[in-house]
Order: sequence, then structure tokens, then C-alpha cells
Amino acid sequence: MLEAHNLACIRGGRSVFQGIEFSLGVGEVLSLQGPNGSGKSSLIRLLAGFLKPVLGEIRWAGVDIRANLAEHRTRLHYVGHADGIKALLSVKENLAFTCALNGAANGALDRALESFDLEGLADTPGRFLSSGQRRRLSLARLIAGDRPIWLLDEPGVGLDAASRERLERAIDRQREQGGITVLATHGDVRVANARVLEFKG
Amino acid sequence: MAAFVAILGRDLRLGLRSGVDSAQPLIFFVIALTLFPLGVGPAPEILERIGVGVIWVLALLAVMLSLDRLFQADAEDGSLEQLALADLPLELTVLAKCLAHWLMSGLVLVIASPLLALLLHQSAETISVLALALLLGTPVLTLIGSIGAALLIGARRGGVLIALLVLPLYIPILIFGVSAVEAEVMGLGGSAQLLILGATLLAALALAPFAAAAALRLSME
Repeated sequence: MLEAHNLACIRGGRSVFQGIEFSLGVGEVLSLQGPNGSGKSSLIRLLAGFLKPVLGEIRWAGVDIRANLAEHRTRLHYVGHADGIKALLSVKENLAFTCALNGAANGALDRALESFDLEGLADTPGRFLSSGQRRRLSLARLIAGDRPIWLLDEPGVGLDAASRERLERAIDRQREQGGITVLATHGDVRVANARVLEFKG
Repeated sequence: MAAFVAILGRDLRLGLRSGVDSAQPLIFFVIALTLFPLGVGPAPEILERIGVGVIWVLALLAVMLSLDRLFQADAEDGSLEQLALADLPLELTVLAKCLAHWLMSGLVLVIASPLLALLLHQSAETISVLALALLLGTPVLTLIGSIGAALLIGARRGGVLIALLVLPLYIPILIFGVSAVEAEVMGLGGSAQLLILGATLLAALALAPFAAAAALRLSME
């Protein structure tokens, strides 16, 4: 479903990686591992269509994603380092906004709140959240709208053990529904039978 | 469409909750305007002569000064990426954000302009044409400004650059906005100028979102 062919990326005049090849089918998880600055985030941004590969292509169902980037973007959830949480909106308002953006079905908001244990914080404004709570809120967006591709850039940072378990369970559910997950991790989030792509420094 | 309404609603809500921050264009407009009678003297004939031009120039500057709020905050905190992943073309996202921006800047100025025009000794008929011209012109200021704001995301000292980029493009609006009122006052009828302003608004509505969306896509690379 999601394939990368001979991908290369140059950032700031420096070659970050080249010759990346993989092909992910229904329900597969790809775990990106490697030291800081080895290109994990860049690959995730390439897969989201935010960056343009200098070489190679990314295909979804056999078609280059750059043929219709707008459509590709509606197929994916992206959780990056910048969380986009508005300080002046409550947790619930932040999530409701994501639900509306993604055209999520009714009930998605409650499920999203529940899946990362945010019900008790629903009315707390974004500016009073701790960094772990902010991370949980940005992960709850994954549940706000069903999308087949999840791109997670170090999703485990700042999470306590219970929340990490919730994330692992969410990824498992995504696999059961046939979704694809690509995550960059330093080993804190464990997923069974994940394919691993090693980056060298 | 739900996403369009959600973006509009979110921006308005953020604007209302940030209080004084979003009242900035109006506060600037009022304070700068009250300086003019102090600066040029209170003689009614002078104020009457310069009033329309002063109001237009200040409206231009007030809108321009508020442009950095349009995309900057969303770009900094990562919301822009979430917006790019929405079930809505980025062009319509830009339009929703421009509409919210105009409601909180341009429209507020249009509503305040009759009172401030009185302060500058303008006649009743001048005031009504001026308000109409501002109603047609201020959305264009926001739309053209959105291109500049999108291009300058991430640029430090963006405030000065945006003036260099956007003010020259505002000149036609200024010229037709002022001449609509003057033609009306001289008894020539300002409808031709108002129609041109209306046409500019339609053209800006059709074209500016594409340019701004293209600039936003570039900013994410």
C-alpha cells in the first residue's frame, strides 16, 4: 500500500539519507530507529508530503503521492514535535476542532478523549497542560477521524508508562483495522512484529 | 464545509479570548486618528479636506499591522500542519482565516468609521459613501495582505518586510477608495469607483487564496 523507492533527502545542503526502500502492507508497522539527526523526522515529513524528495518516489496503492498531494494528506495523521495546541482553547475545544477538520464521525470526540484518559481535563485550557498532557492531547488527535496512515515522530517523549500503554493499544487497534503506522522511536514505544528501518548517523 | 466553519469559528474564538490583542487594529485606528486634529489644528476646513484620505491611510496601516497574526501563530505552534491535513483544500482554509481576520479588523473599522469621520468634520453624505467604500475595500486589504503574511512566515523582522511587500499593492485601493468619496461629494457620483473596488474584491477573492496557499505550502518544506 505505502511504498518508498530509492528515496533520498537533502537538508541544508547535506545528504541526510539515500536509497531508502520499503513497502508496507495492510496493518504493518514500520519503526524508524537511529541516532538524533539521522533523518527519521525528515523521512516522516517526506511521507506526509511536507518535504519533496530529491530522488525517488513514495507510492500509495501504486500511485506517486505527489500526483495528488491534497488527497494524500487527507489519508494521514501526523504527530510531530510542534503540537499545535492552542493555549486559549480547552482540551475539548482543541480536539473538537481536529474532529471538524478531519470530518470525523459523531462520537469520535468522546472516543478520542477516552482513549488517552483526557476526560478529566476536558475543560482545562491548553496553557495549563503539562508537557505529558500536551503529548496525550496531540496523540488523541489520532482517534479524531479514521485515517489509514499514522505518522508518529517520537510519540513516546514525555509519556508516563500508563499513557505509553494506551498509545501501544491505539497502534494495535489501528493495525487491526488495516491501517499503516510509521513511527520514529528510541525504543520507548514497543510494538510487536514491527518492521525496523535502521538509520546510520 | 464543516471544516471551513470550524476554522472560522476557532479563529474568532481565539480572537475574542485574546482580548486587547485582537482590538489592536481598532485601538491604533482611533488613537492615530485623534492625533490629526492635534497635529494640523482644529480648523474645520482643513480637517474636512484631509479627513477621507487620513481615514483610508490609517485603515490601510491598521489592517497591515494586524497581518502578522494571520498565519504566524499557526506556523509557530504546528497548527498549520494540522490545517494542511484537513479535509479542506488549503485555499479554502486561507479564505476562512481571511474572513475571520476581516471580521475582527476591517469590519470593525468600517463600523467605527462614521464616528471617527464626524471627529474630522465630515458631512453626512461623505460618511455614508466612505463607509461603503471601506466595506468594499478592507476585505481586499486582508486578502492581498494574506499573500504577504504567508510569504513572510518565519522571517524575522517580518513587520518591516511586510510593509515593503504589501503597501505598494494597497495603492490602487487607496486611490479608488478616496476618489469614490471625493467624486460623490463633488456631485459626480462615486459609483464608478465603487464598482472598481467591488471588482477588485471579486478578483482578490478568486486569486489571493491560491497565491497565499502556495506560499503556505512552501513554508512547510
